[in-house]
Amino acid sequence: MNPDDRVKALLMSEQALGRTLDRMAQQILEGVAPSDDPSATHALVGMQTRGVHLARRLQQRIAAQEQVSLPLGVLDVTMYRDDVRLRMASPQIRTTRIPFDVSGRHLVLVDDVVFTGRTARAALDALMDRGRPASVRFLAIIDRGHRELPIAADIVGRHVPTLPGEEVRVRVREVDDREGVWLVETSRPR
Amino acid sequence: MAAASEDAPARLPHRHLLDLSAYSADDIRLILDTADEFRAVLERPIRSVPTLQGVTVASLFFEPSTRTKLSFGLAAGRLSAETISFSKSGSSVSKGETLKDTARNIEAMKSDMAILRHSSPGAPHLLARTTNSVIINAGDGAHAHPTQALLDALTMRTRIGPLGDLNVSIIGDITHSRVARSNIRLLTTMGASVTVCGPRTMLPYGLDAMGVRVVDRLAPALEAADVVMALRIQLERQDEGLFPSLREYHARYGLTLEHLARYPALRIMHPGPVNRGVELADAVVDHERAIILDQVTNGVAVRMAVLYLLAPTSN
Repeated sequence: MNPDDRVKALLMSEQALGRTLDRMAQQILEGVAPSDDPSATHALVGMQTRGVHLARRLQQRIAAQEQVSLPLGVLDVTMYRDDVRLRMASPQIRTTRIPFDVSGRHLVLVDDVVFTGRTARAALDALMDRGRPASVRFLAIIDRGHRELPIAADIVGRHVPTLPGEEVRVRVREVDDREGVWLVETSRPR
Repeated sequence: MAAASEDAPARLPHRHLLDLSAYSADDIRLILDTADEFRAVLERPIRSVPTLQGVTVASLFFEPSTRTKLSFGLAAGRLSAETISFSKSGSSVSKGETLKDTARNIEAMKSDMAILRHSSPGAPHLLARTTNSVIINAGDGAHAHPTQALLDALTMRTRIGPLGDLNVSIIGDITHSRVARSNIRLLTTMGASVTVCGPRTMLPYGLDAMGVRVVDRLAPALEAADVVMALRIQLERQDEGLFPSLREYHARYGLTLEHLARYPALRIMHPGPVNRGVELADAVVDHERAIILDQVTNGVAVRMAVLYLLAPTSN
């Protein structure tokens, strides 16, 4: 948690986040025809940074629940963001590694929070530059509202309408000192 | 990665890239890491990203340079920046007047960034003081060629290993080489061991103070070297009496297949264009351990990274 964050509510405990990911793992493969091998037709794409870890959790859950190993890609959308020149400095470009051909695949784009929709738009542009997926679904743990573009998440863990000045922090053990989802109030300028 | 760095801005604490003297190891690492990601873009079917849409980049080349100009132009284009080109118009104008005119033209063209190649050392520094544009030095006389050193470093890091572990030998005309100067600066900053080698007539005084080993025979420069960077001999310098003949230069400092056989781990680099049969034997240029074309590819990625990291922001 950032030093200037004031915690207003715990939205999901570690256990609740785990249950949410269990449900989402089932939703990802719900519509797959029995004759299809999802490992050949589907793939997960985790968005840097926490989306990558969440996508890995979903991959592990799908493997445990369905005995299917979905390919996993890592996507950083910094190069496609529309606000690079509006910031004080260029955002750090992180790794992108998509070790499969996206063309013809059903992709599930995984992020922790959907907010304005601009990051998702950038992600769609980034994916389209790599090929022509059969479909792209968007999965977010939290939908906090305040959309600026007509983008909706297909698979949502929880809708949390937020007020100006409030933010949602999804934390995972791989990068943070705790795990769960918090609603915080921050004075930090965005 | 710590939570606080979730969206860490990649800030170079510099407005321009004039030379590498003020660039720290962290700054260099940031450029190389960013270039790594841009290199992945160059390997895709669609090799461009919209990152610098709306940014105007001016190319100001007062000296002929095919590959550096193409490389910067390609880098700007791959980032979706707009590019304009300004060429020296014919006749002899004095150095001061030319740069003043250049500065006026940059301002008039409303460019955000300018890439300058000039025969006078310090020309980019003068432009940085007299215009509002971000200035990137694409080679100024014998002074500096920072993006060449960065692309060389990216090539070494990718093909051989961490820069701090490397023994690098630079062979040739060190006195007149901006490539050597920038490479020495970068490599010593990153902790590499650097040896420079060439005829005594081509080794300037004061090299020891730059933290490099100086030798005038090839053998000690090749022993224990992981990579050898052969510098281009400027053929017009033959008349200056710096070396007796091209044949003798090749005999004493040229790299041959025998050297590759004797030092099996050695890799060969060259900033290009190569004088075949002078700095490198013909067969060495085409050898699999020559990583010269990697340098060219990495040049585009490094220049994309530099343009991205130095692009001006609105607030």
